[in-house]
Amino acid sequence: MLSPAILIPAIINGLLIGAIYALIALGLTLIYGVLHIINFAHGALLSAALFAAFFAFRLLGLDPYVSVFLLAPAFFTLGYVLQRFIIGPASHGDDRNMLLVTLGLAVIIENALLYAFRADTRTIDVPYAFQTINLGFTFLAVPRVVGFCAVFAVAFALWVIMTFTDTGRAIRAVAKEKLGAQLAGIDVAHVYAVTFGLGTACVAIAACLLIPTYYVNPRVGDAFVLVAFTIVVLGGMGSVPGALVGALLIGVAESLSGLFLGESLGQIGIFLIFIVVLLVRPSGLFGARA
Amino acid sequence: MDTDPLLAVSDLHAGYGETEVLHGVDLAVGKGEIVAVLGSNGVGKSTLNRTISGVLRAKRGSIRFAGHAIEQEKPPKIVMRGLIHVPEGRCVFPNLSVRDNLDLGSYRRARDHRQQNRDGVFGIFPRLAERQSQSAGSLSGGEQQMLAIGRGLMAEPILLILDEPSLGLSPLLVEELFALIQRINQQGIALLLVEQNVVQSLEVAHRAYILENGSVVLNGASDQLRSDPNLKRAYLGL
Repeated sequence: MLSPAILIPAIINGLLIGAIYALIALGLTLIYGVLHIINFAHGALLSAALFAAFFAFRLLGLDPYVSVFLLAPAFFTLGYVLQRFIIGPASHGDDRNMLLVTLGLAVIIENALLYAFRADTRTIDVPYAFQTINLGFTFLAVPRVVGFCAVFAVAFALWVIMTFTDTGRAIRAVAKEKLGAQLAGIDVAHVYAVTFGLGTACVAIAACLLIPTYYVNPRVGDAFVLVAFTIVVLGGMGSVPGALVGALLIGVAESLSGLFLGESLGQIGIFLIFIVVLLVRPSGLFGARA
Repeated sequence: MDTDPLLAVSDLHAGYGETEVLHGVDLAVGKGEIVAVLGSNGVGKSTLNRTISGVLRAKRGSIRFAGHAIEQEKPPKIVMRGLIHVPEGRCVFPNLSVRDNLDLGSYRRARDHRQQNRDGVFGIFPRLAERQSQSAGSLSGGEQQMLAIGRGLMAEPILLILDEPSLGLSPLLVEELFALIQRINQQGIALLLVEQNVVQSLEVAHRAYILENGSVVLNGASDQLRSDPNLKRAYLGL
């Protein structure tokens, strides 16, 4: 058996990685909870956001932790416009069609990135990329700690929006009772677009937290979104606490199975946990029972 | 009837997809009036409501409210004009608290008077005040109906459409409901009451329309309709 000296750092690292997954999953589950569709463009938008953060650093010299304050609103706007003027109208009033439109959008975005930037993998150099915090028994990578804190700040901000603002209440109302919401004067198309915008802003924030230690290429988002989708199902479709808890669980599972089975088999742990949870609780950890 | 009615529906055709449900309905509601639309299940009552409130688009005909043509307008605009529709089946937000449900009633209109109107609604429905932090999904059917009406009142309606409000309520609650309808009307709010409950609706309404197969077959003052031999036979079982 491995000693706690190895196990505990692995768990902590898993939690730190899980937080970034949580942010991507949060966007996905938010959109699913309100629009009732899987956003297939989520991965492509993450790739696009990583490119945006990359070029903000290379061309404008903006540190990702600074450019996040520009990219989050920019991607909120992008998501809003995509939903309001492309996905929504193209689905002609049938919500199920939106799923197909997001799939088409994913193909377009990925290929546009491929055309513009080729398949090259790019990285940025920031001074704090390899800085660590010494806890005595282990070292924590600074970018991961920043990421972890930022994710919980974002989750808290989302909770405040959802609970205390009329826009947040309207989003929750539309999620469960569309006709009632319309008759209360809530513009459903606007609420859909705001929700899609919030989900896209989550992706942009995740990109800025990832880029200091990660790389970018036109397909990089897909790997994350596969994990994020697993988390969304694991936590319960549309459940925000489910996404957070599920993501941390998945992060730890990945880290531990990496430790026991070797780095290249790390993701096996994710899917093992996934299968077990679905066998025992098909609606997910926080999902409403059917 | 007023020479310039608050709501004037004329030659309204509407339906779902290719299917036409309403075949040229004419109807009017005067300021401060209670008007009932009566008919059994499936004659187009809910279609009529949904078309008036803009959820469904009219295929033909016109809807005028307070002097404006509204048949091309969307629900948020229509709500802003003060035409509020409380739908059949209540459609409260089950995942939101009672208080948040009410507050969303003033999402589009009368937001500045939110607190004061909420207190007003709690005055009418003390039960909602007791349960204001409970989720709406945990309320009984009767309480949900109160909440749906309360949410409608939060927007300071000029015309309130109530779609089958008595559906699924106990006889005692139905009595209370019809008393409430008169109380709302006394505040100067016009009501369009869409009901299957013919006897009680005719007691509170000033005038009524009888809808059959998507057309108005009979209309007039409530007193007059109550003694109409055809209506008696068809709806009152006399």
